[in-house]
Amino acid sequence: MKWYITKRLFMLIPVLLGVSILAFSLIRLAPGDPAVTIAGQHASPQVISAIREKYGLNKPLTTQYWIWLKQVLHGDLGRSIVSNEFVAKEILERFPNTIELTMLSMFFAIIAGCIAGIISASRQYSIFDYSIMGLALFGVSLPVFWLGIMLMMIFGVWLRWLPISGRISMMISFQRITGFYLLDSLITGNLAAFISSLRYLILPSIALSTIPMATIARVTRSSMLEVLRQDFIRTERAKGLSERMVIYKHAVRNAMIPVITVIGLNFGLLLAGAILTETVFSWPGIGRYVVNGVTMRDYPVVQGCVLFFASMFVIVNLITDIVYVYIDPRIHYG
Amino acid sequence: MKRTRETKTHELVRRLKYNKSAVFGLAIVVILILCAIFANYIAPNSPTPSPPELFKALKPGFWSEDKVEGMPLGADAMGRCILSRILYGARVSLTAGFVAVGIAMILGITFGTLSGYYGGWVDALIMRIVDIMFAFPALLLAIVIVTVLGQGLDKAMIAIGIVYTPQMARIIRSSVLYIKEMEYIEVQKAIGSSDARIIFRHVLPNSIAPVIVYGTLMLASAILDCAALGFLGLGAQPPTPEWGAMLSKSYSYIVSGAWWAATFPGIAILFSVIGLNLLGDGLRDILDPRLKT
Amino acid sequence: MKSKLFIILLLTVGLVFSVVGAASASGTLVFGSSGDVSGLDPADVTDGESIQRMDNIFEGLVEFESGSTLIKPCLATSWETSADGTEIVFHLREGVKFHDGTDFNADAVVFSFARQYDTTHPYNQYGEWPYWGYMFYDVDRMEKIDDFTVKLVLKRPNASIMTSLAMFTVCIVSPTNAEKYKEDAFKNPCGTGPFKFVEWVKDDHITLEANENYWRERASLDKLIFKVISDPSARLMALEVGEVQGIEYPNPADLDRIKANKDLKLLTEPGMNVGYMAMNEGYGYIDENKNGVRDLDSEPLVKTPGYFEPLTKKEVRQAINLAIDKQSIVDNLYMGTAIKAKNGMPPFMLGYNDAIEDYPYDPARAKELLAKAGYPDGFEVTLYVMPVSRPYMFDPPKIGEAIQSYLAAVGITVKFYQVDWGTYLQETMEGNHQMCLLGWTGDNGDPDNFMNVLYGANACSIGTAGNYAFYTNNTNQELLSAALATYDEEKRAAYYKKAQEMIHEDAGWVYLAHSNQNMVFKSNVNGFVINPTSRYFFYPVVIE
Repeated sequence: MKWYITKRLFMLIPVLLGVSILAFSLIRLAPGDPAVTIAGQHASPQVISAIREKYGLNKPLTTQYWIWLKQVLHGDLGRSIVSNEFVAKEILERFPNTIELTMLSMFFAIIAGCIAGIISASRQYSIFDYSIMGLALFGVSLPVFWLGIMLMMIFGVWLRWLPISGRISMMISFQRITGFYLLDSLITGNLAAFISSLRYLILPSIALSTIPMATIARVTRSSMLEVLRQDFIRTERAKGLSERMVIYKHAVRNAMIPVITVIGLNFGLLLAGAILTETVFSWPGIGRYVVNGVTMRDYPVVQGCVLFFASMFVIVNLITDIVYVYIDPRIHYG
Repeated sequence: MKRTRETKTHELVRRLKYNKSAVFGLAIVVILILCAIFANYIAPNSPTPSPPELFKALKPGFWSEDKVEGMPLGADAMGRCILSRILYGARVSLTAGFVAVGIAMILGITFGTLSGYYGGWVDALIMRIVDIMFAFPALLLAIVIVTVLGQGLDKAMIAIGIVYTPQMARIIRSSVLYIKEMEYIEVQKAIGSSDARIIFRHVLPNSIAPVIVYGTLMLASAILDCAALGFLGLGAQPPTPEWGAMLSKSYSYIVSGAWWAATFPGIAILFSVIGLNLLGDGLRDILDPRLKT
Repeated sequence: MKSKLFIILLLTVGLVFSVVGAASASGTLVFGSSGDVSGLDPADVTDGESIQRMDNIFEGLVEFESGSTLIKPCLATSWETSADGTEIVFHLREGVKFHDGTDFNADAVVFSFARQYDTTHPYNQYGEWPYWGYMFYDVDRMEKIDDFTVKLVLKRPNASIMTSLAMFTVCIVSPTNAEKYKEDAFKNPCGTGPFKFVEWVKDDHITLEANENYWRERASLDKLIFKVISDPSARLMALEVGEVQGIEYPNPADLDRIKANKDLKLLTEPGMNVGYMAMNEGYGYIDENKNGVRDLDSEPLVKTPGYFEPLTKKEVRQAINLAIDKQSIVDNLYMGTAIKAKNGMPPFMLGYNDAIEDYPYDPARAKELLAKAGYPDGFEVTLYVMPVSRPYMFDPPKIGEAIQSYLAAVGITVKFYQVDWGTYLQETMEGNHQMCLLGWTGDNGDPDNFMNVLYGANACSIGTAGNYAFYTNNTNQELLSAALATYDEEKRAAYYKKAQEMIHEDAGWVYLAHSNQNMVFKSNVNGFVINPTSRYFFYPVVIE
């Protein structure tokens, strides 16, 4: 077990190196002189030569990479061209917003997806089963940005139930501690802020949760069906256990293994979805930050976000793998 | 050889007929393709009238008293016919999807075959690169590539093609690994057939099933991702009638009450993706029962 | 147990969905603005968003009467002008303090001026000072006479200097604050105004709070927040649900809905502005001596980075003017909240040339001209499209798309280029664009503030240009300079009229519209006055 985790960690090294090379080459690959790319297309020769000096662009590529990598490992992702702020600082400011959004979405997705999948499987071929699976098909095919727009239109514009853009009401005085608004408002006992930030969270997190919810429902269902067909379930049934007991006590536990993998895999989709959802709902997270970075041609920002997203994704995959091994002893650690 | 292939096609059609959802999916895809091909005959208006008819801006469609003549689904913010733009959009989206998946297939098949057939360091190298690319959520990787290449529909297609390559490569690799172990390949090797001959005559034709299945499913995601890039303003540029790009200014439409401008393009995306997903699932059930989840 | 949980759940859900939403803290006003500021140093910005924030933080020697361009004392209590009009002595208000506690005095005034014109000043390096070149190049120096007396010395008489002194460019900044933050001073503004700077969260909001030690009575508002909501409809939504209490530039399509809503009030005034598309004629000059005036001998014309062969030809620019149906754009995109423009300044200003006949919408003639210029099949050109709405241009992407379609009809393919607002201004001032959408809101009500700043050859300085068509005609500049030195209104007007004829013939700009200024507030917000200069003073605002 320990050996497996160590091995898995070692396997991360080439991947992370590759990711860093890709992020590094982002600016070098952009057409034209990287110094011009950083300085803006028509900057004066003096500015360009100053930039060349600053980033060591006249040294060989490998040297440039090591200079850059050293800076990154020290937490220095450079400065944004647009705002001239440190990219690392800007990412850290936005990071809790994205995490709060994705976590709540994942929470919705897991709860609703698992329940729908379990019920569907326990009543296979019923109308309920068909409609859930139909909805799930819809769910995986939905363009998340369009769903966001529709939610906004129905619940924000028509019904006026929930706000459609932003993070928290500007009318509420609120003290930021961790940057996680729900957490901070609970710590400070600020009920108004808690409710306000929750209200702003609901629509984007519903929009974002749809695709993973649908996938989780599908996988839970098929995994449940497989388990229910197995011998030990038949034995339990033969023992005279109630169907409810069979399903909830025994089948569910065994069916969860593939579901966990899917949850892990979906986290990547969720991060990608966050890019779109944050744009739709003007959510001040990293997704919107990277999109702005691309449209403003703010290469250091894009570079920083790429590194950030990829590391998050890699770490989540690692955790998934470890959890998977932990709950399924049948896996070879080899 | 030829006979078997014919029977195979026949068999495929026969089994497809019994898969209702696949037939439904196929129907949607056929309609989509017809729309794309005949857009200039079906569409009531030009998708990009020049000079623009600004006075028709955001007028509703057939459901309203205030409807604008000849534009059944109403007009967008520039007074353009939404129906016509959706129909031409089918052309844009399908082309984009096919080109992207085409790129992914060519690259994926090349690298997947090399990797699976030769193994060793070639395999290790290619698979490490694939691992690295899998360390990015697909859309993010596409955005990164667009950052390098620049914005535009053509670049978005290339970006999505590259993003889907590792997935295709892995599928081909595992299929090649499976086929490589088969006896008749051993026989071919024994009688001294060249690697190229073995690959092109025996290995690839036998990997065709997963390519079709995943190609169809990939087409669905490619259309979705292309629309997403268009929505973010990184894909198709105005005035191209692209479904995602049509949605990118939808705030103003929904708040001003012009729900039609924000609704219909999304429905078009949704149905195309559902159609392709159903067809892909159906093909998977028929062609490759091993792949069934 | 279960039922109790259920009730709690129900209550939470009820609370979360309750339409009432946030309880409004009465002393806080959140204002929904269309874009973020480019910086917070009053002397180093040119855009309205930045100016409108600083109007509440900084003050100048004199200020405009509310709602007009008449001058009244502010940090100067009185002044005397010398007989030849080249020296003005100001007596300063005593007992005023900056937000950081520094005393306001003659040193602060000299500091605020000298850093802009004196290239040897230690703080000169921290800014571009574009407005100094546009409006104050006649100023020779600002001198300290004693702690509360200063003297402004001009190089030559200037008919508009007093109104110019009420502009944001010459607002007084705290020298100790500038010393503390150096190149980051633009992020940490410190003035004498009714509100103090609290925070600037980039692309999100700027928070100000009441200055408790203000030399006048303290402002009624406790907190003033400028929240960036770039989409005009989303802005209106936020106002309707009470997230903000006031917004700028509502979508013209939504005006009827606003009027119908009893909870809102719409303020409308004719705007002192012009919105246009500029076509880069190709050449500018580098203002080596940083005086805002082109020295014909030592500062030769050089190609701008956005040099584009077809646009250097007059026929092509005229063809583009003829190919765009401006009336349709004004009617359908500005939706009647603007009047069609034919000249580069609004019709009510001194020297407006009404005799000029606008280019009609005539695509056929446009095609002929293009063929004559050697482009029968058109060409591909890049258009800079503004990322923010401005008073002179609602929803620029829409207008850009309309222009794209009109030009497509005569064979010209338009590609868009979009960047953030700060970069946009910087790149256009450097002449990187081939064509760009922009406009101007008057600063002081004087025609010079339009004609010289936007159309003079002196304003073609690469890097600080205000003349975005890079129309470098010297004869035209001579007319404009003569006008500025003339006190006789009729003669002055004649110079401007002649200049407008030349500009019209040269066709470097497609003038689109002069728009009304529209602002919407909650009906309980009183005291806000729309100024012709589009400056936002929230000092008198009261929430009832």
